[in-house]
Amino acid sequence: MADAFSNVMRRLNVLGPILLLAVLFTVLAVLVPDFMGVRNLKGLVLSVSLVGAIAATMMLVLALREVDLSVGSIVALAGVLCAEVITTSGSVVLGVLAGLAAGTMVGVFNGVVVARLKVNSLIVTLATMEIVRGLAFLASGGEAVSISQERFYALGSGSLFGIGFPVWITVLCFVGFGLVLNVTVFGKNVLAIGGNPEAARLAGVPVDRVRIIVFALQGLVAGLAGIVLAARITSGQPNTSQGLELAVISACVLGGVSLSGGVASIFGVIVGVLIMGAAQNALNLLDVPTFYQYVVRGGILLLAVIFDRLRQQARRPAPARAGG
Amino acid sequence: MSPPLLELEEIGKSFPGVIALDGVSVSVSGGEIRALMGENGAGKSTLLKVLGGEHRQDGGTIRVAGEAFSFFGPAEPAAAGIAIIHQELHLAPDMTVAENLSLGAMPRRGPFLDARAMRRRAVAVLKTLGEDIHPDTKVKDLPIGRRQMVEIGKALLRDARIIAFDEPTSSLSARETEILMRIIRDLKAQGRAIIYVSHRMEEVFDLCDSVSILRDGRLVSTHADMKAVSQDQLITEMAGRSIADVYNYQPRDLGETTVSVRGLLGPGLSRPVSFEARRGEVLGFFGLVGAGRSELMHLIYGGVRAEAGDIEINGARMLAKAPPEAIAAGLGLAPEDRKGQGIIPLASVRDNIVMADRNLKGRGPLRDTGREKRLARTLIETLRVKTASAETPISALSGGNQQKAILARWLAAEAQILLLDEPTRGIDVGSRSEIYSLMYSLAAEGRTLLVVSSDMPEVLGVCDRILVMREGALAGELSREAATPDALLRLALPAASDNGDPTLKATSHG
Repeated sequence: MADAFSNVMRRLNVLGPILLLAVLFTVLAVLVPDFMGVRNLKGLVLSVSLVGAIAATMMLVLALREVDLSVGSIVALAGVLCAEVITTSGSVVLGVLAGLAAGTMVGVFNGVVVARLKVNSLIVTLATMEIVRGLAFLASGGEAVSISQERFYALGSGSLFGIGFPVWITVLCFVGFGLVLNVTVFGKNVLAIGGNPEAARLAGVPVDRVRIIVFALQGLVAGLAGIVLAARITSGQPNTSQGLELAVISACVLGGVSLSGGVASIFGVIVGVLIMGAAQNALNLLDVPTFYQYVVRGGILLLAVIFDRLRQQARRPAPARAGG
Repeated sequence: MSPPLLELEEIGKSFPGVIALDGVSVSVSGGEIRALMGENGAGKSTLLKVLGGEHRQDGGTIRVAGEAFSFFGPAEPAAAGIAIIHQELHLAPDMTVAENLSLGAMPRRGPFLDARAMRRRAVAVLKTLGEDIHPDTKVKDLPIGRRQMVEIGKALLRDARIIAFDEPTSSLSARETEILMRIIRDLKAQGRAIIYVSHRMEEVFDLCDSVSILRDGRLVSTHADMKAVSQDQLITEMAGRSIADVYNYQPRDLGETTVSVRGLLGPGLSRPVSFEARRGEVLGFFGLVGAGRSELMHLIYGGVRAEAGDIEINGARMLAKAPPEAIAAGLGLAPEDRKGQGIIPLASVRDNIVMADRNLKGRGPLRDTGREKRLARTLIETLRVKTASAETPISALSGGNQQKAILARWLAAEAQILLLDEPTRGIDVGSRSEIYSLMYSLAAEGRTLLVVSSDMPEVLGVCDRILVMREGALAGELSREAATPDALLRLALPAASDNGDPTLKATSHG
């Protein structure tokens, strides 16, 4: 009886977000003119590619029962550094490497402080969020950095089979980290640590190493996203992507990733990203002023967190053995 | 005899899938200390929770001095004069003793706190308790035994006529226990009704007037006169079978030395610890809570780093800096805190079982799902883990079956040395028997089992040899033949051997 109930809840965990997405798309298709048009849907997917790529690794961070607020700043720093290096050296490859390296280094730093010094990741990444944003401004002198090599723009505007490179990169992130989560020992270790770090440690899981690697991956992917964004907007912008971390976390939570760790599904994250994108897209199509969009975004985040709470309550098992 | 102050009539309480209380009737008079005994899971805590308003009973009546109540929420029982002293104390550690005593019932003057009245009340209550605790001390600065006094003080301040203690001595020193006993006798003399939940036979026989025994949610018996009943009789009633049947000890042939610990020192140990264990042996570690047994296990296992010492496993040196090294050497730990340190609650039974194995060296980065499934299925069958399927979350299993899954984890990783810390804590009698026979067969297959237990009958019933620890050091060793409750306690209790033992004075801090 209790088992049947929890089975239903588990299925709702997977089905819930998809149902929500289906309902949302249906409602939007009916209410919003042009929403279901191919051009609009392409634009929608492109617009969520940035959040999507970062959400794929944020899923691992959250599953670990940690959080990373520094991703928005990493996007800015990676973009700025990439632009600077390309312009000074004339080499696109060097620029891309510089952006990736910067992102990874911030990630490793976050990971080491969290894992080895046992500082709460919320605080650590709040600090690095500020520091890294500052570094982006320092590196750029506070101005947008233009890029001298125009072939670099192809990374943002080029396409394969009619789909833009940014979308392909996001798809690769989803597939790659979905596989990491589901078929590797590493993925299971992430879930185990998020579920109960001390039990995982005593069962022989290399807890510190896993934590550092996850944060490093998060930094690497945020760096990559920053480079792609710089290519799309043809410059490195130090003030870009402020508040991006919240959109990413909202998308993950909407997709059923538990903020208390131990639960994650790449499928859910994809759905969460699309829900966020669809809502934003519809607001744009309806010409809703930007100020309202803040309210709606906040509302979606709030709903997501309340969902998470309700799911946790449903997940809590009945006392298997009362008394004693 | 005075009429009963508290009457519980036919109390019933069920949770999904479990009947926790089934028509339990207990009545206690003013001036009576009633022991409430039973195995883990017998329903004692549930009964106290019903009494304390944490659970509402499905059926039955609670009467206080003849008046019927049905409690909901903690305020109602308190108003009726009932106080529960929980095992985990409900105090605010950063507030002062005086503030804690008045917590939830702060005296006011208009909208403001009447701090002077609060302090006056605290001084008066502490005086009744005969405790020289300063009312302005922060609770976190008090030793644990003193904190319990504050909890009792709270009950007195609210003028509770019925006070229930849930295993109050489990974390107290011998001296603190004595003080508590005196206070409880005072409360009795004041005409209050006391319910005393404890596992400790000596305490119960020393303190209580009468005893009620619960088993599997039912009242087995009430003995109105403690003197008319024997310890063996109580144990048999609690377990529903005789002691010999529960433990069903099976002797084994012991092989060569597999574990050799020399001069091990680290956090939680006051003096270097040395011992050896042999193939096929079940070696017990007995002692009071805080004697350093769990700490010793964690030092051997690398969960906590040792400061000095030498460990040889099957002749090879191994002083683990972290658990993976110990696991590679063939060790496996089933921790005392199964929920906090053993299981990953949201993960499936299969994931919990194969977790150590999939992290062994040479397993590769990709999971072999087929192998994992086979391994889990085989072990679930051999250890008879009761679960709907291997994919069920382990938190849905009973404590006994979770423990079996953890044993399965180490069998999957082919551990030869099993460190079992309180392996049957919180597990009902039926499953305990199964776990004991499992332990015998694991040992008979050539493994070495180091078993930490605070449960004296368990240590006596299961182990081939017993090491006793006291205040962070080994206090002595007893063979199975020489081990008696008296002998164990003589070694375990600091008070029993205080004269002429200079080493003890050096290490004890009161």
